[in-house]
Amino acid sequence: MGAGHAHALHVHGHSPVHRLAPEAKVAAAFSFVAAVALTPPEAVWAFAVDAAALIGVIRVAGLSPRFVASRASVVLPFIAFAAFIPFIGTGEQVTVLGMSLSAEGLVAARTIVFKAVMGATTSVVLAATTEVPAIMTGLSRLRVPAIITTIATFMIRYLEVLAGELSRMRTAMTARGHNPKWLWQAKPIANGAGALFIRSYERGERVHAAMLSRGFTGEMPALGHRRAEARDWLTALILPSVSFSLLVVALVIT
Amino acid sequence: MTPVIQMEGVAFAYPDGHRALDGVDLVVNPGEKVAVLGPNGSGKTTFALHLNGINALQEGRASISGLPITEPNLMEIRRRVGMVFQDTDDQLFMPTVGDDVAFGPANLGLRGDELDHRVKEALGLVGALGLKDRAPHHLSGGERRRVALATVLAMRPEVLVLDEPTSGLDPAGRRELVGVLDDLDITQVLITHDLPFALELCDRAVIMSAGRVVADGACVDLLDDEALLRAHRLELPLGFDPRAGHAARKSA
Repeated sequence: MGAGHAHALHVHGHSPVHRLAPEAKVAAAFSFVAAVALTPPEAVWAFAVDAAALIGVIRVAGLSPRFVASRASVVLPFIAFAAFIPFIGTGEQVTVLGMSLSAEGLVAARTIVFKAVMGATTSVVLAATTEVPAIMTGLSRLRVPAIITTIATFMIRYLEVLAGELSRMRTAMTARGHNPKWLWQAKPIANGAGALFIRSYERGERVHAAMLSRGFTGEMPALGHRRAEARDWLTALILPSVSFSLLVVALVIT
Repeated sequence: MTPVIQMEGVAFAYPDGHRALDGVDLVVNPGEKVAVLGPNGSGKTTFALHLNGINALQEGRASISGLPITEPNLMEIRRRVGMVFQDTDDQLFMPTVGDDVAFGPANLGLRGDELDHRVKEALGLVGALGLKDRAPHHLSGGERRRVALATVLAMRPEVLVLDEPTSGLDPAGRRELVGVLDDLDITQVLITHDLPFALELCDRAVIMSAGRVVADGACVDLLDDEALLRAHRLELPLGFDPRAGHAARKSA
């Protein structure tokens, strides 16, 4: 995560996972998560094997479990509501620690939490082992329309510029005694957001002029990054093949 | 000898009616390094945006090495004129320095080894080969300015146009930029109100004021004319002697 790298989620490394071609990694991550998401809630053993497989990938990638856990924990607020399901669920009730809970609700909550955490963790592993430009190249090689990858590339590039402008603006407000505590003091913030929008719009025009002056004709040239070979695909697909096999077995026996 | 830049009576008004250029005449010959001096709002940047057709010509005539700046010629014009913008955050938009430098030549149709070669050549010219895989927004001001220069050098232009290249640079960054520009054997137009910077690099200067070229001559002579500078809101730093500065440069 040195200054030379494009984003805070990336961990510099040369592991076999880092070295895989980006399109193979993106495809593997997506299909692994898809298979996990489709696995029936009753198949707890399948979830356990999925988790073990993902932990294996984390180890091969040489990522610290603490790093992965802390980044993946961003998903927790979004799944907090899952904790309520056992209380409000209907149907057969079970007693846990003296509380009467819905058995179906417990299973649903467990499944939501597990699938969400697996999805977030997989994304973190992908982001930690693949630089943003490579992910974009991977997406476009997987036939994601150029307009979407181009917009995403620009968004990531200018997010820091925009954040810098916002923070300077807030510093300037604070320096002149603005210390909002209540909602009705929010007007300067709204004005600031407006100013930021205008500035971004004008920057967009200037960036476009700079692109035109280097011969931009409306299509981004496709640059660099190694293309996936058969070996990349075979290696990358180990992970999703585990989850898909488990999915098939789980569907057959339930 | 065909001039690199030839402009006659170029005038331009913005949609709000403001007439930013009011009949600009300028001829720049191959190999010249010309400073375009002028206060804020004198039309310098508008003028620059005409040189590669970002602002379409409304009145007058303009050509680059004999090729008129018109719609069908724009691609070739933009290859010939390397434009370095004032804010490097506008110029450097790709995720890595290498990709950004490759953007221009890739638009010209270069691919593979040829493209790699161009990128290395351009980064080498500005002493930034080691920055190839870095993200532009993590570079220092001076590094960004040199990389921005490399992004246009990669298109092998016939003339470089730099808009306020020293803005936001610390003294060391400015010194490195002077070194790089001085060593480049290419026609240059430096748009600036940093007068010592102009004197260091350019033998010739023009003063632009209210959308016109109002003075054209040896850089040292223009800077030594205090009344002329004052009339057009230009100022030398306190105690700066252009004759002594010029002599120091020549002996260097």
